[in-house]
Amino acid sequence: MLTCRSVWRKLAPLARPSSAVCRQSARRAGLNNGRIPTCVPAAHMSTGPAGGGADNVKYALMVGAACIGGLTYAYLTVKGDQQRYQERITEIASRSSKTATEEPAPIQSEPPAAEVAETEAVSEPEPEAAPSPEEPSPPAPEEEVLSPEAEAAAPSETTAPPPVDSTPASLKVPSHAPYLLIGGGTASFAAARSIRARDPGARVLIVTDELDLPYMRPPLSKELWFSDDPSVTETLRFKQWNGKERSIYFQPSSFYVNPEELDRAENGGVAVLTGKKVVHMDVRGNKVKLDDDSEISYDKCLIATGGVPRNLQVIERAGEEVMKKTTLFRKVEDFKELDKVSRSIKSITIIGGGFLGSELACALGRRSAESDLEVVQMFPEKGNMGKVLPEYLSNWTTEKVKREGVKIISEALVKSVTCKDDKLEIQLKDGRSVTTDHIVAAVGLEPNVDLAKSAGLEVDSDFGGFRVNAELQARSNIWVAGDAACFYDIRLGRRRVEHHDHAVVSGRLAGENMSGASKPYWHQSMFWSDLGPDVGYEAIGIVDSSLPTVGVFAKATANDTPRAATEKSGTGIRSESETEDTAMSPVASVTPALPVNHKDEYGKGVIFYLRDKVVVGIILWNVFNRMPIARKIIKDGEEHADLNEVAKLFNIHED
Amino acid sequence: MSYCRQEGKDRIIFVTKEDHEAPSNAELIADDPNDPYEEQGLILPNGDINWNCPCLGGMASGPCGSQFKEAFSCFHYSQEEVKGSECIDNFRNMQECMQRYPELYPQEEDKASSNSDSASAAPSDNSALSSESDSPPATSEVSSDSTSPPDVQTAS
Repeated sequence: MLTCRSVWRKLAPLARPSSAVCRQSARRAGLNNGRIPTCVPAAHMSTGPAGGGADNVKYALMVGAACIGGLTYAYLTVKGDQQRYQERITEIASRSSKTATEEPAPIQSEPPAAEVAETEAVSEPEPEAAPSPEEPSPPAPEEEVLSPEAEAAAPSETTAPPPVDSTPASLKVPSHAPYLLIGGGTASFAAARSIRARDPGARVLIVTDELDLPYMRPPLSKELWFSDDPSVTETLRFKQWNGKERSIYFQPSSFYVNPEELDRAENGGVAVLTGKKVVHMDVRGNKVKLDDDSEISYDKCLIATGGVPRNLQVIERAGEEVMKKTTLFRKVEDFKELDKVSRSIKSITIIGGGFLGSELACALGRRSAESDLEVVQMFPEKGNMGKVLPEYLSNWTTEKVKREGVKIISEALVKSVTCKDDKLEIQLKDGRSVTTDHIVAAVGLEPNVDLAKSAGLEVDSDFGGFRVNAELQARSNIWVAGDAACFYDIRLGRRRVEHHDHAVVSGRLAGENMSGASKPYWHQSMFWSDLGPDVGYEAIGIVDSSLPTVGVFAKATANDTPRAATEKSGTGIRSESETEDTAMSPVASVTPALPVNHKDEYGKGVIFYLRDKVVVGIILWNVFNRMPIARKIIKDGEEHADLNEVAKLFNIHED
Repeated sequence: MSYCRQEGKDRIIFVTKEDHEAPSNAELIADDPNDPYEEQGLILPNGDINWNCPCLGGMASGPCGSQFKEAFSCFHYSQEEVKGSECIDNFRNMQECMQRYPELYPQEEDKASSNSDSASAAPSDNSALSSESDSPPATSEVSSDSTSPPDVQTAS
């Protein structure tokens, strides 16, 4: 088959100076693989079938002879190729170390016929049949020719096993991984751990375009900023709630196996291939191609490509000067850069009022207490976390963020950003403008579905990301987890979640399913956020401020309100109705305390988010250690007549 | 005396401690301990060890994973009077392996003797990937991974 197709291709150019005889002889040679119609050029039609006349006969004979000669020649060439290839393979197999970077030149130095644009299937394995150190280095041009050929061949070839499994062009890349995980983030690591736990001796290969080993993201916008250690940007260590220090990296490098040694490792292991990007996925052939043209075949594959921070169009269009002063925050290097920048500038503006924007604003705001850094946060909503928290709570939170030293500009829509005198000028649509030194854009995440096209995987139009089923499967041997997965949640419906715990839960689930389980997404993941010393919350489920909510808060007791303070001193605020009276009294300064009392009473409580009267989301507001109860309520999916009764389960008055 | 307010679609209720003293009459559905979808603890319903339990951290999946599995399996199924007494070799193998990776398995006393030690030997492992509510492991020994959210809060 290989030979036939390759020969046919070689034949094609020869067939072009057309004739019916040529075509017929090709057919007779058994090359009827459907290629014929495409290869028969229009020119053929114009000559028509060989008709009568001695001239025609002679002509036909000549062409026929040429064809047969070409066929024979091609056959010999291919045979020679194969022979040399086999020799090469045995040589490589016996070799113990690889150091080469050369392409197998001699094999490629076939006459031009072999290097025709239509790639032979045989030449395709050659780039993979890599290079031996003893081979003479090939002339550069041949390498050039080789790559486009290899590229052309790769998508269409599903050739016999040996060529594909041979040693790849680049040194460190294994050619086959039973478990291939694309992406080196939280979901990928969780899956790797899951697979290793369940499949003894499993060989797991993680391929990531980052240069870092798998690490946790939450500390990048929280704990790392509060560290007292001046070298924190190097060590990337932080203190946990229990006082213990740890690194953001899930495991030190000694945990992982070297990618080259993965095949030989006695008990398997997890190998991480850093700095390599998967650019193409061949689902039919069960293999992927990296940006260095090497290929890795797999038995099971996980796509955990996460996402890329979104940017504002106005910034993208504003030009390079502006882009240089803008940070899109996501990775370790972004943290390092922002830390450095924030120490040397006077003013920084964060665009975006969600989790990341608010956390960074608070972190930088706290830093501004020691330096004279001005921290501005602007967003289109009315208050921080406006899309998550109900309005009253969002407003309350915004006040808290302001107290962290952040200047908040709400209901702000950016119209344009320009660079003037080395400063950025942000023009808002309502006319306001802000002058600042640096911008951090925290306006959302674009899930990375680059591989969807080549892999032929479905992308969800509502939520973005790869569309997978309840078991996180995209195809029978392809799973997707983490930020990039739009999955079916049996309880809450189809969704895509961009939180750390979800990456852990979905990664673990994908790993379980990759190693034989068939479990759907069931254990609901949670998320959390801290905004300064007064606001810490944990949440679970669908927490969308557009849903109707019921919030149950612990009423501040009479003892700890400003009201108590004033009553003790004899002034007379007793009830709401007296507010106006007291406004006139000498203790007028304390009167705002009454309405403010209610504002301040969101000290702790629980907020239920409802959809069709069923609780689909819960926020535990400054109330901790109760997540299992919240999870249970969501899992039950029941209609509760009185949510106050449900709130009782949380015992919010206790610590 | 609880106080209730409505702001548009959002309802706000303030309750005092006394308001919440009476036990709740909210009905929750009884859990099925054998639900295959649920996250399992350290020991599965059929008696096997759940190697994927978050409570084990990276013990079963790291470089010494297979040694750990052998040792712990031997211990778990041991019927001897002194449980695990026939597993000394397995534990020694495990310890030798762990000594080769001091970064991953910070050396602690008596690692060979009990599971709790080995499980707590990798605390960083546990907390890093502890999905918030890891079902409490059936054996009381393994307690390193608590279900407390603050653990998850910062460590995750």
